[in-house]
Amino acid sequence: MDDASFKPSRRLFLASGLATGSALVVGFGFDAVAASEGATRLGDYVAIAPDGVVTIRAKNPEIGQGIKTMLPMLIAEEMDVAWEQVRIETAPADEKRFGAQFAGGSMSTPMNYEPMRRVGAATRAVLIEAAAVVLKKPAAELTIEAGVVHHKASRTKVPYGKLVAAAAILKLPDPASVTLKPDSAFTIIGKSKGGYDSPAIVEGKPIFGIDVAVPGMKYAVFVKPPVYGAKLKSANIDVIKALKGVTHVFTLQGSGDFHSLQDGVAIVADKWWYAKAARDQLEIVWDDAVGSPHDSATYAAKAKELAKTKGASVASNGDTDAALSKAAKKIEAWYEAPFLAHVPMEPQNCTAKVTADGVEIWAPTQAPAWGRPHVAKALGISEDKITIHMIRCGGGFGRRLENDYMVEAAAIAQKAGVPVKLVWTREDDVAYDYFRPGNYHRFEAAIEGGKITAYKARAVTFARDGKVAQGAGIGPHDFVPLISPNYVLEQHLIETLIPTGYLRAPSSNALGFVHECFLDEIAGALNKDPFTLRQEIVEAAIASPRPVKDGERGPSYEPKRLKAVLETLRTRSGWDAAKSGNGIGYGVATYFSHRGYFAEVAKVKVDDDGNWKVLKVWVVGDVGRTIINPTGAANQVEGSVMDGIGEMMSEITFDKGRAVQSNFQDIPMIRMSQAPHIDLHFELSDNGPTGLGEPALPPVIPAVCNAIFAATGVRVRKLPLLPETIAKAART
Amino acid sequence: MITLTVNGKAHRLDVPEDMPLLWALRDELELPGTKFGCGVAQCGACTVHIDGVATRACATPVGSLEAGAKITTIEAIGATAQGKALQAAWLEVDVMQCGYCQAGQIMSAAALLKTTPKPTDDDIDAAMEGNLCRCATYKRIREAIKSAAGVALTDTREA
Repeated sequence: MDDASFKPSRRLFLASGLATGSALVVGFGFDAVAASEGATRLGDYVAIAPDGVVTIRAKNPEIGQGIKTMLPMLIAEEMDVAWEQVRIETAPADEKRFGAQFAGGSMSTPMNYEPMRRVGAATRAVLIEAAAVVLKKPAAELTIEAGVVHHKASRTKVPYGKLVAAAAILKLPDPASVTLKPDSAFTIIGKSKGGYDSPAIVEGKPIFGIDVAVPGMKYAVFVKPPVYGAKLKSANIDVIKALKGVTHVFTLQGSGDFHSLQDGVAIVADKWWYAKAARDQLEIVWDDAVGSPHDSATYAAKAKELAKTKGASVASNGDTDAALSKAAKKIEAWYEAPFLAHVPMEPQNCTAKVTADGVEIWAPTQAPAWGRPHVAKALGISEDKITIHMIRCGGGFGRRLENDYMVEAAAIAQKAGVPVKLVWTREDDVAYDYFRPGNYHRFEAAIEGGKITAYKARAVTFARDGKVAQGAGIGPHDFVPLISPNYVLEQHLIETLIPTGYLRAPSSNALGFVHECFLDEIAGALNKDPFTLRQEIVEAAIASPRPVKDGERGPSYEPKRLKAVLETLRTRSGWDAAKSGNGIGYGVATYFSHRGYFAEVAKVKVDDDGNWKVLKVWVVGDVGRTIINPTGAANQVEGSVMDGIGEMMSEITFDKGRAVQSNFQDIPMIRMSQAPHIDLHFELSDNGPTGLGEPALPPVIPAVCNAIFAATGVRVRKLPLLPETIAKAART
Repeated sequence: MITLTVNGKAHRLDVPEDMPLLWALRDELELPGTKFGCGVAQCGACTVHIDGVATRACATPVGSLEAGAKITTIEAIGATAQGKALQAAWLEVDVMQCGYCQAGQIMSAAALLKTTPKPTDDDIDAAMEGNLCRCATYKRIREAIKSAAGVALTDTREA
């Protein structure tokens, strides 16, 4: 932190917008001027009221991952306040003051675990210093318990609420210099804290993006082409203008940037239902010829053709082709994973108000900063004129990393000249998704003398404008290089028009499925227990680590962490006593993603018609030495496991560039009766804590598929997993 | 004019008969606790009670409601014994992830407990199957329902 920027002042806390009336921002020496100069990422996170209530800002968007509760726990821990004293507010979207503010990549924990604790420790230090002045005792003789500073020898004490005035004029220590507590002294970290917003949620309080209300606000729908990039030819706008409740109807022109505006018709009305009812009368003609080559069947046929030829090598070691050509035994397989939609429960929405002074936006978004430049460009204003409020999101799953709805709301509000709440229908949410891209994989493996001597994976994924499309990468490859001394990962790309994006555990959510199922096939060819095979691979990697090659992840991947996870899982799941057959099957899979080492065993039941049910999943994961909020952590893992099972049930297909599915009647999701029992264990290791939004998801899909093989002898090489496919394969 | 009796209070609304109850609640009566999820009665986020029966408000035109139909929403469910117990159990079990579907979940659960005060796992499956939770908090929803009902929390389904 730049000491020169410490300017605690009245202006400081008034400028923060956090402190009103009785609350006081404990100045991190950092006023609006300093902030605009990018002085520091440790902004003003803490406010203390005279009554001792401590308001802590959560810097990142809340999408259901529990970050609004968890980040303030870190600050409160080091501040030595009682959790009951803490109130939480979401910070404004302002990366100059708060650093990166996004919900993605399970990064909030590793990026913020120590910095937020340092915010708390620096605050504690300045409060001690203030207490020394107030109590007239040496700081070294003071202790803090639950927000009260004690001088034990003189039996005097003063609560934080009485110290704020004295603290506000003191200089804060450099957060980098403060001493953090040892883990053994934690009283908040490691203790379950219920979701901070949960009491409001159970009473139906308006806390989601879709609940935002602004004085004078109108409601909007925005009708975009069902085929990305199609152009608006005509629409019966005059007819729509005359309909009940409708106040504005106009067209917006696309920008050509697929993160931003597309051609479309905006309908603004007094209430949302009138806009929606009017939209049902909208007759709109698109020039959508651009979509005609983009069919799912065409993609599949193209992928099969491409896979016959060598693709671009993404990572390799040794001479895989030579090993394959001389091998006594070879196995091959073809795997397919479909496009998927995100469908968070809350349909996309955003509220915007445009005045001469700028734009104010209330957005349920995972990445507000990524939307800001698009809004600026679309509205022709500078970025510093845009205020973004991060509103609680009804789910994210990666969809809200895009901010197309934010640009639309702002552009509609600007053109209509009134504040506008844009709400998409569920059908809009599906049609305009940035889909998890489908992918295809041709595998070959060679077996020689009871060893895997070659492993070849040729992926066909998708490209946009000649580059690997969002979510279509085939890395990282942390475990795969361990499988065989000779391996190669190749990639072909099919240019697609379909917008693609990041779905929870992007790439890994499909790569886990294909690699970990093919590994089971290898285990079969080796006549080896699939659990034992994985353990042997890890043991061999630990015994003789080889240098990291191009395209592989660096030394951050530690096979010994996976070894411990596998050992615990083998015991907990009772793998050695588990008996597959007669419609019951056990399967195992492992995957490393988002810094989390996870391995899972699934137990499934399959009937004669191929109906499958996951009865139980055993999960063991290593995300470091500390589980910060155990209830929240377990909730993320339980949800990831069930979400992964849900992903096995649905797909999005395309007909001339248009998504065929439209709503939950043709996008099955996991429901109550399908939710399995879950046995969860965190393997604590001596590493910094990492995130849990994603890493428990990838292994469950192959674990279930491998369990279905164990139950039925049917190898699942294509998703979604349809009962008729299993039943048919079982008969042949 | 349409008359709606919501949470014990009668409201006269000048809205078209085909307006779904969901949008009358959210935008006309400013009761936004009832959530929009799909618009086609597939997800349950909009679940309310009509004369005590769990009903999808998104697929219920206001004109289809009988005069005198008593509508209860999440904003008032805490005034009932089952609703209050469920809200407390939801917090005790820490059910929520994103929380968007949970108003609908609690409304479906409250309707279940009204007719079936001591539900079995099968009862819970049947009553809750229409309520999607995209975060998949089903394990905790099941536990919270049992906790509110005062029955053993153990999941008795095949494992």
